[in-house]
Amino acid sequence: MAAGRLARSWDKHKYAWGMAFPVVLVLGVLVGYPLYRGVYLSFTDANEQNVAATIGALQVPDSFSFVGLRNYIDVLFGPNTKFWAVLGRTVVWTISCVFFHYTIGLGLALLLNREVRGRSLYRVLLILPWAVPSFVSAFAWKLILARDNGIVNHVLGTLGLGTFDWLGSDTLAFISVIGINIWVGVPFNMVALLGGLQAIPAELYEAAEVDGASPWQRFWHITFPGLRTVSASIILLGVIWSFNLFAIIFLVTRGGPGDSTQILVTYAFSAAFEGIRDYAVAATYGILILGVLLAYATVYRRALRASGEVW
Amino acid sequence: MRKTMQTTRWRSATMLALATLAMIGCRGSGDAGGDKGDKNGEKKAEGPQNTTITWWDTSDSTNEAPKFKDLIQKFQAKYPNIKVEYQNIPFEQARDKFKTAAQANTAPDVMRAEVGWTAEFASLRFLAPLEGTPAAADAADYLPAPLASNKFGGKLFGVPQVTDVLALLYNKGLLEKAGVKEPPTTMAELKTAALAVKAKAGADGLYLNPGGYFLLPFIYGAGGDLVNADEKKITVNTPEAVKGLEVALDLIKSGAAAKPDLNSGYNQMQAGFKDGKVAMVINGPWSVADDFSGKAFADKGNLGIAPVPAGSTGKAGSPMGGHNYVVYAGSKNLTASYQFIQFMNSAENQAYLAKELGLLPTRSSAYSLPDTAANAVVPKFRAVIDKAVVRPTIPQAGQLLIPLDQQYPRAVSGDKTPQAALDTVANDYKQILKDWK
Repeated sequence: MAAGRLARSWDKHKYAWGMAFPVVLVLGVLVGYPLYRGVYLSFTDANEQNVAATIGALQVPDSFSFVGLRNYIDVLFGPNTKFWAVLGRTVVWTISCVFFHYTIGLGLALLLNREVRGRSLYRVLLILPWAVPSFVSAFAWKLILARDNGIVNHVLGTLGLGTFDWLGSDTLAFISVIGINIWVGVPFNMVALLGGLQAIPAELYEAAEVDGASPWQRFWHITFPGLRTVSASIILLGVIWSFNLFAIIFLVTRGGPGDSTQILVTYAFSAAFEGIRDYAVAATYGILILGVLLAYATVYRRALRASGEVW
Repeated sequence: MRKTMQTTRWRSATMLALATLAMIGCRGSGDAGGDKGDKNGEKKAEGPQNTTITWWDTSDSTNEAPKFKDLIQKFQAKYPNIKVEYQNIPFEQARDKFKTAAQANTAPDVMRAEVGWTAEFASLRFLAPLEGTPAAADAADYLPAPLASNKFGGKLFGVPQVTDVLALLYNKGLLEKAGVKEPPTTMAELKTAALAVKAKAGADGLYLNPGGYFLLPFIYGAGGDLVNADEKKITVNTPEAVKGLEVALDLIKSGAAAKPDLNSGYNQMQAGFKDGKVAMVINGPWSVADDFSGKAFADKGNLGIAPVPAGSTGKAGSPMGGHNYVVYAGSKNLTASYQFIQFMNSAENQAYLAKELGLLPTRSSAYSLPDTAANAVVPKFRAVIDKAVVRPTIPQAGQLLIPLDQQYPRAVSGDKTPQAALDTVANDYKQILKDWK
């Protein structure tokens, strides 16, 4: 059945297939092979001591062996595994980041979607956090939130509200990195939603006003549905990006204090790369993260389809 | 293209020179001389023909690197045929960078490896053994403890460039103000002195950097250790080690030590000490150049140095740190690399670094040179070195501090009891040291 369909499609769209071929080839080389290699490594015990190396004239061949599911069992159910705790934290991190990215981004987009004096200036200023390289933001925030000479504590102290150890205590450090990531990610959401807002025909609003709809009703019945396509995309992207966001956490807290701000990607890095590098364990984490995100994307698409979106 | 032409030309020139040497039957007699314009008649002591070697230095790029560059200048003057390409690699990234490069045959010829990395690099087959090469000439002159960190599997893979130990650095003026005559020698005295400073001198008495390495004097002082390499045992959560951690925590809780910043403790410690807001810190000789840049030590005589206070065992235990010169096994210029190390690590040059930077020499003969003796800091550390605790030379040595770095702050913040924090470290060690007890 499927094969028949494929053959028919081949006959009908020979030209299109030909045009798509180079892309398929490039993706195969750039995505397919590394993915295959990652899956393969996760079933071995490859580490720095047994992978191939070229040291001067000495060519050391690969000498790692196949160990089946051992890495997965170790990571998921091994003694003192931290996988589940870290996965839970990653989910909390992802949901909070995406929620605030979207809501704050939408709020700012609505503000900028009207005639304000100096609108383009505001736009530029609001894009700034996104335009700054992430390591710059990370170090700037590290200084801003520093316990003893940070500006935040200085202001709070002056106002008599007491000072907080923003990056040095478990819960506060986690809230701080989420806050920093929200600050970094809002502009992208704002720009995307602004684009979506400008695509909504003005006639709809005029008609609604004639019918006597309140601003609130106009928002819920015109703006929100009109943004649906854009929202669907940026939420999907936002979840995948936040879930795998390495730089901010790594640069601000290194996963600390202890490992109270580790999310899966940073944890996998420290588990696999801080000593004798363990390529197999790194690959195992990579495949597990991929699995979680694939499952999420599938469910998400189904849900959108059910609500009548074309995906 | 031109470059390849040139190298082939040089290669054939070298071949020719070697062939000539072989034909004449002239052996390098080892005396540096032969300053005749005749290129082909050069003696071997002049070193190989026009080679370039790369050195990755991990020293502090503002304070220390210029002095190392001075030595390279001297080396270039003596060996015009060997060009040294100097690269300063930030210490935090150096270990990773070197391993990546070594795996792919793009590593530098000579590397400055921290004592905790040397065994790891050697276990990964990345290092050339130095036994019997010019680099390891007069090995007997090296202090035994720093030299020990270069041995792996019975072979010698490096020579110690510089050694360091943690010591108690103090601000003499502030201690005087508080009526403390002598620097404290025990943990109990440390607490009393720090509280006195806080009460009378208007500064914090002590600042403890909440990093694993800086906890070691407390653990050693109480008779504990991280692991016992001979018996393959993990000892980081024994009662002794826990007691050591409790001593450090008590200093913080009682107010003797400032409440440390758990996110950037080291920088805050240095900032406070340099500004005269902190009277005592536990830190190593590498920080002295930085201390002198602060206003509290505009008069260098104000900086006091004493051994780390002794713990309950009555003995002071301070971890041995430092850096080694190692040679990449895949280097194409082994001979030049050995010569470079031999030159850089001569007693005179170690003494020069001691004079200029307060770095501790690793050769016993360097300590008797006037340059070393003239330094305000180095002779004071000499007494501490002999008592320093050598960390185990196992490939995982570099990893042992990471779990401690993670859990020490948890104990400081009160999120975990000292026992629970060190139990977590022990669990992490079980992952690192498979099949240890």
